[in-house]
Amino acid sequence: MSTLGRLSHWHAAYVIARRDFTAILFSRAFVFFLLGPLFPVAVMAMAGGVGAQMQSEAAIEEIGIAMDEADTQAMLTARDDLAARTGAIPAMVALDKVERGDSFDAEAALERGGNSLAGIVSGSLEAPELTATQGRLNRWEGTIGFIAAYAADQDKLTYPLVQTSPVASSGATTNSGRMHTAQGGQLLLFLLIMLLASMVLSNLVEEKGNKIIEILAAAIPMDAVFLGKLFAMLGISVVGLMVWGGTAGSILWSSGQTLSDYANPGVGWPMFCLLFAVYFGMGYLLLGAIFLAVGSLASTVREVQTMSMPVTMLQILIFFFASLAVTQQGTAFEYAGMAFPLSSPFVMVARAATDEAIWPHLIALGWQALCVALFIRIGAGLFRRRVMKSGPQGTRKSRGLFKLVRSLFRSGSAKTV
Amino acid sequence: MDMATGELSKPVITDRPLAIEARGLVKRFDGTLAVDGVDLSVPEGAIYGILGPNGAGKTTSLRMLLGIIDPDAGTRRILGAENPQDVARLIGYLPEERGLYPSMKAYEAIGFMGALRGVPLKQGREKGRALLEEHGLGHAADKQIRQLSKGMAQTVQLLGTLVHDPKLVVFDEPFSGLDAINQGKLEVLIRGLADKGTTVIFSTHVIAHAERLCEGIAIIAGGKVPFAGRVDEARDRIPAQVRLETRNAQGPWRAALPDTTRRNGDFWNFPLPESGIEPLLKALIDGDAGILSLSIERAGLHDAFVAIAGEAAAREMAKGSAQEPTS
Repeated sequence: MSTLGRLSHWHAAYVIARRDFTAILFSRAFVFFLLGPLFPVAVMAMAGGVGAQMQSEAAIEEIGIAMDEADTQAMLTARDDLAARTGAIPAMVALDKVERGDSFDAEAALERGGNSLAGIVSGSLEAPELTATQGRLNRWEGTIGFIAAYAADQDKLTYPLVQTSPVASSGATTNSGRMHTAQGGQLLLFLLIMLLASMVLSNLVEEKGNKIIEILAAAIPMDAVFLGKLFAMLGISVVGLMVWGGTAGSILWSSGQTLSDYANPGVGWPMFCLLFAVYFGMGYLLLGAIFLAVGSLASTVREVQTMSMPVTMLQILIFFFASLAVTQQGTAFEYAGMAFPLSSPFVMVARAATDEAIWPHLIALGWQALCVALFIRIGAGLFRRRVMKSGPQGTRKSRGLFKLVRSLFRSGSAKTV
Repeated sequence: MDMATGELSKPVITDRPLAIEARGLVKRFDGTLAVDGVDLSVPEGAIYGILGPNGAGKTTSLRMLLGIIDPDAGTRRILGAENPQDVARLIGYLPEERGLYPSMKAYEAIGFMGALRGVPLKQGREKGRALLEEHGLGHAADKQIRQLSKGMAQTVQLLGTLVHDPKLVVFDEPFSGLDAINQGKLEVLIRGLADKGTTVIFSTHVIAHAERLCEGIAIIAGGKVPFAGRVDEARDRIPAQVRLETRNAQGPWRAALPDTTRRNGDFWNFPLPESGIEPLLKALIDGDAGILSLSIERAGLHDAFVAIAGEAAAREMAKGSAQEPTS
């Protein structure tokens, strides 16, 4: 290209990216972007805390003992002894004293309510009778028998000293830890991409609202505007990742921990971090291209909100799809998740956490790169065609899908304005 | 276009090379013909106006000249290049819908617009400050666009259009939204550009600006160019208007007045007859009209525009009506 002509695509994209990057970096939106991931984490933590509290409060269940005084005392003592050794034995309380041989209407006592009784043990140590709902009967039958036997003659039971040999991890622990890393990775990826895609969309709408788009269109290729916007946001996300990574690293370091203290991902932490960054880039470029193309069709914030809603829903669906795929490794479901471009980064980042093999990532990255190129091409084509759309529209004739798609691949300036 | 024959006017012919040469530009939007065979010839260093009513196709024509959109048919040659994008760095463009990033400072906005045309950012910003200083806005250089008045922001954008020293400047409705003082300043700026050899082409529907500034004009109506030429030529399309005041209202001299004469009290208004003023004067004197005053006023560009554009619009409407039953 001559020095008199338009800037090259990459040079123009750089000019746009530099402007957008600087503008966003020094805007309030960026502060919210940095704080963004804290909100869902805080909400989840609060919800988890409240849920646990509610669960613990709701889980107070006691078993009433309705035996004669001696048996009752023996049952309570046995329960405390065994609970200290084995844990997870329900609390017990003494009910009204019952003389040996007298009957006790346990059913009526449970129905009366006004207490936290979940079951009642009556009868004697030799022949205990448990009254409770069926589920609890199944759960406690053995336990009550065990407590009653212990209470009847604890001297018969001996507890050999168990030698313990702690290990750092086990297959089950590793699998569980890797699964947590996989799910955490997916969630982080989802949140990041969602935040970024929304930001790139608002940025575009602002630009259309500012009417600056025509100045850009007159000076540089519209594809470059598209690319510049996409990569500016990618740059922003790198800054975000550095801030978040640095913060997380500092917290780990200050608490005297390292990543090695956590379940090692299948590919190892360094490779996992690298793959996460690359998959994040791919996922963002794929969804960002869709969001930008959608944004080019809208001219107001309200229109954008309406039009982006299905894309956001699609994003959530894809996240669920990928989350499900990671629990079904080695199935056609997981392979479908890997192959579908939009879910591929999510599924593969999870796979990096759970599986050691590197080669699937090479294939997936190649496929995703191809899809990114295609999505950007189509997105830029739509963007070029639609972002400057104004003037008399006339009666829209059916153009046919083929004609529309073919026109997207034409290079040069916009065909319609 | 000749009003009688309906033939297109010949483009402005000068000895200077042409900065813009367009032939038969056509643009359709989803079946609607927005521009229908526009021809333009703009010599280098000229100030050229594109006049037309709203929706006439001015903006679309300018966008085709700039390469923002491609024509469906026709050719264009801008500063010697068949593809306007090949000379993009020599062109400055101010669109009708003004736009700047509100959070940018004035000098940064100018620098950014320069960067879009290949000026290094640092250099563009420095020049931005200098341009603002030169145009009395030095105090606003470090203010954000959102802090500026509309007129000031518009000036900033205008300076951004010029930061890369373009050889051709295209303004789409540059005077809209400006107060009288700023309009005057803009006229001075446009003249200054032309004095430096820059070609300026602008669209407007305010005829007075074109009349004061332009060497040549093109009138666009209904997507066509019924007239393209010098301002004088446009004015000459309308006969001069005679304004006569007589002492006597009746007399044989009345027969000498053209059929289109309008009476307004003691005044008679009519177009100057093709035979000239002398035979009429003789008839007035011989017929004892008692001439109190007589003036001949050359038609203004506004009248010429109304006549040319109105005639073209009427012809289009008639053509549309004639085709309607068969379409």
